[in-house]
Amino acid sequence: MSEVVLKLGDDISTDIIYPGRFMATVLPSETPQYAFADTVDFNSRLKKGEIPAGSVVVAGKNFGCGSSREQAASCLKGPELVVVARDFARIFLQNSINVGLKTIICPEIEAEQGDELEISAEKIVNKTSGRFFAVTPLPRARQAIVDAGGLIPYTRERLLRPARETGKLQTLAMTFNKKPKSSIPS
Amino acid sequence: MGMTLVEKILAKAAGQASVRKGEVVEPRVDLAMSHENGALVINQFQEIYKGTGMEARVWDPSRIAIIFDHRVPAESAKTATNQQKVREFVEQQGIGKFHDIRGDEGGICHQILPENGYVLPGTVVVGTDSHTTSHGALGAFAFGIGATEMAAVWTLGSVLNVEVPGTIKVVVKGKFPEFVLPKDLILYLIGLLTAEGANFKVIEFHGPAVENMPTSGRLTICNMSVEAGATAGIVPADAETLRYLREVAGVRQPIEVLGPDPEAAYDRVLEVDVSGMDPQIACPHTVDNVKPVQEVEGRPIQQIVIGSCTNGRLDDIESAARIVAGKKVARGVRMLVFPASGRIFREAIAQGYISTLMEAGALVANSGCGPCLGIHQGALADNETALSTTNRNFKGRMGNPNSEVYLCSPAVAAASALSGVITDPRTGGRDV
Repeated sequence: MSEVVLKLGDDISTDIIYPGRFMATVLPSETPQYAFADTVDFNSRLKKGEIPAGSVVVAGKNFGCGSSREQAASCLKGPELVVVARDFARIFLQNSINVGLKTIICPEIEAEQGDELEISAEKIVNKTSGRFFAVTPLPRARQAIVDAGGLIPYTRERLLRPARETGKLQTLAMTFNKKPKSSIPS
Repeated sequence: MGMTLVEKILAKAAGQASVRKGEVVEPRVDLAMSHENGALVINQFQEIYKGTGMEARVWDPSRIAIIFDHRVPAESAKTATNQQKVREFVEQQGIGKFHDIRGDEGGICHQILPENGYVLPGTVVVGTDSHTTSHGALGAFAFGIGATEMAAVWTLGSVLNVEVPGTIKVVVKGKFPEFVLPKDLILYLIGLLTAEGANFKVIEFHGPAVENMPTSGRLTICNMSVEAGATAGIVPADAETLRYLREVAGVRQPIEVLGPDPEAAYDRVLEVDVSGMDPQIACPHTVDNVKPVQEVEGRPIQQIVIGSCTNGRLDDIESAARIVAGKKVARGVRMLVFPASGRIFREAIAQGYISTLMEAGALVANSGCGPCLGIHQGALADNETALSTTNRNFKGRMGNPNSEVYLCSPAVAAASALSGVITDPRTGGRDV
């Protein structure tokens, strides 16, 4: 069960999530202190450690619009928050997937601050209101990155794959090393 | 079935005969741009290589561009240290398209790329900046990505798992009236489409008003396409594109011109006529809160900003200079002008625009993004209002959540600087 710790409206920009004046801070380990810096109550609760991991931010449409700053995703990933929105702006959604921030597209979500949510792959049950709402699955191509644990491990795997494949080929070449290299048509 | 322009570009970049909307492809990248946030990209890039036993080398240093523009010159030790880290990386990796803090070759990334001929039609451009959409002005598929995604591009030379976006075709008819500029067109369209109306989609611009528009105006409309949520804005390359690339950007190599197929399938087709269009204003705190200027005329303002990747080009500065020539900026108004690049700054000096602006009372500063996003110069006080030719008016955008930002064209900004209130340049911008 997860509590809604912040309820927001439509078109929440990355300037609200992570104000531009803190953009010189880039490292994911340092960004959480500035999450929703201008939403003073929330930011101070977050900094005092009063918001447990798995707590939920609920928003309307177009969450994360605006700047591509990745700090807006990493600052929420640090404290392991979950973002449930009616939908997300493209770059923010991709950044979240890339850095491993849990984002859930729930087009009909209705919840208020303090509500308790039960989140599964198919639906969100609002235990407080007794209503449930369908979850839109992520496109397959994006789910693959989530499943890999984010874009860094996913890319590392891709980086190593050709080396492994070359390794296999070399093994094969050693096994069937009958023809001289020069006979391979170019 | 035919392909849209972006489908054609993606097919070519993915090495396929064709692609369809929704298909997942892995396009090769022709140009990968970052600014100061290159510091974060470097961090993520090194993370990717951790534990692999491989030396971290970028896939192709000639295809990476890094331009310092967000906080130039550095406003703090932290920024200076980030810039130093990037400089060292550039040196170590042999990255050629590096634009440091200089008056000869520096400037805002979305001006530096076009004016140096780094962007060619039919190519794929990614940038760790949401306004990378600008480069669609030259017929490229150009879109913003995050730092980790860029680290993957630096590693592999392609963008992983790109879903081919649908396209909205916008046909712009008519002729721009005096004092109505490409900025007014894009603000009008954002109001029409809403802030997420083009989310995950491309806007492909057509029609006589676009064909007759110089590259500078095309950069403005593609730049702000992202404010309707668009992945990219794009103008099919034409004679004007070739003129710009040859004469302004100095491109010598062959240029391949791609256009959409006539029978391409679009998600939506919009027609707009600019002939009767009013100057437009985006009111706080969303870019799609757009009204004709006459509806907000008279609202007092304390700061005018002319510049940025949206409207800091020579013709923008010229529009402003013509309006303020021989007049004075109202007392109590700070008029800040930031040319988009060192080259534009020097051209504006040569044309006399800078003297005209300064004699009227404007303050002209070096090229940079700072005031647009409240990170370097030009912050607002509590309860102040700014009128700006930049691209965003989100709460807190200019460094203070207790202030307001209105967005407009350089003509509206200059006319308003003289009166101290939001002013229609058609009546207030000249002697009547």
